[in-house]
Amino acid sequence: MKPIFASLLLAFLALPQLALAQSALFQPIYEVLTHPRCLNCHTKTEFPRQGDERRRHDQLVMRGEDNHGVPTLHCSACHQDHNVADGAVPGAPHWGLAPLSMAWEELSPVELCQNLKNTSLNGNRSLDDLLHHMDEDALVLWGWEPGGDRTTPPLDHPEFISVLTAWVNAGGPCQ
Amino acid sequence: MYTLQVNGISHTVDVPGDKPLLWVLRENLKLTGSKYGCGQALCGACTVHLDGHPVRACVTPISAVGEQAVRTIEDIAYDAVGAKVQETWQNLNVPQCGYCQSGQIMAATALLTDNPTPTDRDIDEAMSGNICRCGTYPRIRRAIHKLANGGV
Repeated sequence: MKPIFASLLLAFLALPQLALAQSALFQPIYEVLTHPRCLNCHTKTEFPRQGDERRRHDQLVMRGEDNHGVPTLHCSACHQDHNVADGAVPGAPHWGLAPLSMAWEELSPVELCQNLKNTSLNGNRSLDDLLHHMDEDALVLWGWEPGGDRTTPPLDHPEFISVLTAWVNAGGPCQ
Repeated sequence: MYTLQVNGISHTVDVPGDKPLLWVLRENLKLTGSKYGCGQALCGACTVHLDGHPVRACVTPISAVGEQAVRTIEDIAYDAVGAKVQETWQNLNVPQCGYCQSGQIMAATALLTDNPTPTDRDIDEAMSGNICRCGTYPRIRRAIHKLANGGV
């Protein structure tokens, strides 16, 4: 009997967690947003990261006040509006870090989803604005054409927009 | 063909668009003050200014320069801040081998133009991308502080 009681107890204890489980609609979005191509510049640190191992950016690059580097080392000191140097130096229009309010590191899927929708954190973007941003913004699109031998997010961009649209049409559920 | 403004003079060069600005400066225009260090934007020896902002010329394709004014170490003495940086560099004997110093002076000039009274933290953040294999960092920092205290 004891194992059965234990199982029931566990199931009971797990209920609150199940209620807080992330939305199935958001899970594939979470997996894209936490890919290094996205997350390396959505950091919560005073510096960007690079590579799939997400090491601190070489050259001791700093975030700076406007998220585009410090005066003597702006992101644009190396990064152009397209990939250059045979793909060694990635680039896209308005290359820079996301503001700290849009830091996604170490957030659970539910937290990331809530922050993504929070207009006080996300640059006052509605769900439709978010969809538009991720559909058309050149810096977002760079994530799928990163140059060199960089990996790309787990879904291709049309698939990503498809799951994002489904999530937006469902009202942006996080749980 | 690309036409670019370098140190106030217009030059037209017949080079492929992906040729790095550094090699246009050094090979085509014979301005060899900007140095080739690592070739990967890691060391800062190739630092020049585009419209006053420091860039790594070794990874900047000539096609990305456009209308922006290029300024190199050869011309920095004609900049009010740059002239004082060079003078202080000489007075404090900042360089050792000197290879990185062109980039260091371009970075320091940009820093002091943007922020005439930088703190140690400002200096560290601003100069961290310029590497010196002789380890002249204490003298670089001292020179920048001297310039800040003396007013730039």
